[in-house]
Amino acid sequence: MPINLYIFLALALFSIGVIGVLTRRNAIIIFMCIELMLNAANLLLVAFSKLHLADKANPALNVATNGADGQLFVFFIMVVAAAEVTVGLAIIVMMYRNTHSVDVNFLNRLKN
Amino acid sequence: MNSIIDYVWLVPFFPLVGFLLNGLLRNSLSKPLTGIIGCGTILASFVVSVLLFIEVKNGHTGTVTLFDFISYDKTSIPFSFLVDQLSVLFLLIITGVGFLIHLYSTAYMHEESEMHFARYFAYLNLFVFSMLLLVLGSNYVIMFIGWEGVGLCSYLLIGYWFKNIEYGNAAKKAFVMNRIGDLGFLLAVFWLLAKIGTVNFAEVFDNANLELLTKNDFTIITMLLFVGATGKSAQIPLYTWLPDAMAGPTPVSALIHAATMVTAGIYMIARSNILYTMAPLTMNVVAIIGLATALLAATIALKQNDIKKVLAYSTVSQLGYMFLGLGVGAFTGAVFHVMTHAFFKALLFLGAGSVIHGMHHEQDIRNMGGLKKYMRTTHLTFLIGCLAIAGIPGFSGFFSKDEILAAAFAKNPVLYILGAAGALMTAFYMFRLYAMTFQGKFRGTHEQEHHLHESPAAITIPLVVLAILSAFGGLIGVPEFMAHHAHQLGDFLAPVFAKSTALQPAHEIDHNTEWMMAGGLSLLIIIVIALAWSRFSKYQKTGEEAGGFGKVLENKWYVDELYEAVIGRPTNAFGRMMEKLDKYGIDWIVNGVGRSVQYASRQARLIQSGQVGSYVLLMVIGMIILFAIQVFLKK
Repeated sequence: MPINLYIFLALALFSIGVIGVLTRRNAIIIFMCIELMLNAANLLLVAFSKLHLADKANPALNVATNGADGQLFVFFIMVVAAAEVTVGLAIIVMMYRNTHSVDVNFLNRLKN
Repeated sequence: MNSIIDYVWLVPFFPLVGFLLNGLLRNSLSKPLTGIIGCGTILASFVVSVLLFIEVKNGHTGTVTLFDFISYDKTSIPFSFLVDQLSVLFLLIITGVGFLIHLYSTAYMHEESEMHFARYFAYLNLFVFSMLLLVLGSNYVIMFIGWEGVGLCSYLLIGYWFKNIEYGNAAKKAFVMNRIGDLGFLLAVFWLLAKIGTVNFAEVFDNANLELLTKNDFTIITMLLFVGATGKSAQIPLYTWLPDAMAGPTPVSALIHAATMVTAGIYMIARSNILYTMAPLTMNVVAIIGLATALLAATIALKQNDIKKVLAYSTVSQLGYMFLGLGVGAFTGAVFHVMTHAFFKALLFLGAGSVIHGMHHEQDIRNMGGLKKYMRTTHLTFLIGCLAIAGIPGFSGFFSKDEILAAAFAKNPVLYILGAAGALMTAFYMFRLYAMTFQGKFRGTHEQEHHLHESPAAITIPLVVLAILSAFGGLIGVPEFMAHHAHQLGDFLAPVFAKSTALQPAHEIDHNTEWMMAGGLSLLIIIVIALAWSRFSKYQKTGEEAGGFGKVLENKWYVDELYEAVIGRPTNAFGRMMEKLDKYGIDWIVNGVGRSVQYASRQARLIQSGQVGSYVLLMVIGMIILFAIQVFLKK
């Protein structure tokens, strides 16, 4: 499959994530949109890693990971995202306790 | 060496202690205690001064270094005192007359509250301390410290009754005028430092150093010093502060503005006599300015009606004589006149103070008259003072004035004739003052007449002592033509002026000419006195305004108005313009910067809406912009 399709798919996912974050007020959905963006990035990493792995002539691949760094990064991002989810969900739970809602627009106490 | 000279520091030390005690404890000291501290410290200084005088009379002089004041490179300015004939003589005048005036003040100022009474004595002691420092300093820098100190004390004491705006303004005027002169003094000191790298008298007047200076250097340095002297000693053009200085208490006028501080300029020039002898041009300027001041002030004094103003202008006029003496090279004569003038002018001021005290703060002589009945001691001593200042033969003023005028005659007969004219005017206005105050009928209110009384002993004792000194003080300087080798003061001071005398020997005048001059002038003076007496002893208040020239004199030649128009008003206008520039120019820019920042931040604050969505949106927009830059603008 040509790399273009992967790029378009990732771009689409990322845009959906951004727009979701911008337009939605529900904290959980914003959270899901952030995950969407992260996964768009993961998808690109994997796609480019696979693309370059096929190119044996590239001297940049002559390293210990054998050119699979992109795929390694994806695991890191997943782990970090999982940690982030726990923190984020904890924040959302606390927020719900305080405001009885998960609407981020209520979080404007610092204004003024 | 273990002589009294080593202890010269005691002389200024005592008044300093007095100043600190009276100044710091002014809220807790009682009036008698304040008076004892104030007078006692000066008396102690006087005793030390007398001992020093005896030591110097026996031929011992010396310099006492206390510590290094300023020391850099090759220049060293020690904090040291010079004890020689000239400084010892001034010490005696300052502490002696100073003590009498302190004593007098205890009675004169008794109406003041404790705190202000102590403040007064603290200032007075500080003044004596500064003056002693000025006289004792063995270099120009120490002299300058004293020089500034007396200026400061003068300011403080003129403005002693600081609640009166007029008095405050008079104090400021004195201070500013003095500062103009001080600048000249300071520049002269810098010039000396730049040229020969030292300001110590002993080194500056050393032949080796004098050779380093060119003729121009001498002229400029002496001119600058003279500018300083015109400020401090109230000469044209900086004399107008002195008459206004009469705003201070009368003893202050006697001490500062007649007997001591104003003679600082004379002392300084007498001290630097060798520099002046090397600069004939400056000598001429000094003589001309001195004479002009003497005449101008004398004419003004003819028409003044305030008892203290007459005396003030008379002081300016007498100071003019001293400068005339300096200018014609009669240094001894000038110092002699300083001494006799200190006696009789202090006496006259204190007498005037006694009159004012008796009249309950009335100063206008048109409202006085006939006071001789009520105040016998004051009347008699005042009369002696008038005779002394007028130059009646036998009284002190005669000898000193005669010496100056004789030297002026030797230099140029024109100087003599003008000087003699000034002396006649002196006699006239002094006896106008005397006759209007003490002769005739009392012209004040009945209330005043009822309360008229002789002043207490603390006031009359100094008057009597000063009267004796005024009467006989001149006998230490009897001129050569009257008695051979009778000029003890001249012999005493000879070492100080030795170099100048060697360079420029005094012109010998025929003794017959001198007899004729002295006799003729005395005769004229007596005629003038008789004229003034007959005209003013039966003075009646007419209430009519003086017309024509008399009005010009009454208004002091409009000099104050002239200064106001030429210097005061343009300076004020310039100041106002600058104020506008400051307000609408510089301030506008500074405030504008502040305002614009405030405005910008108020606008920027609106972005902080508190809506998470808007923050994220801005973040995304930012990222898109960065992305666009990366993609489209990167080459």
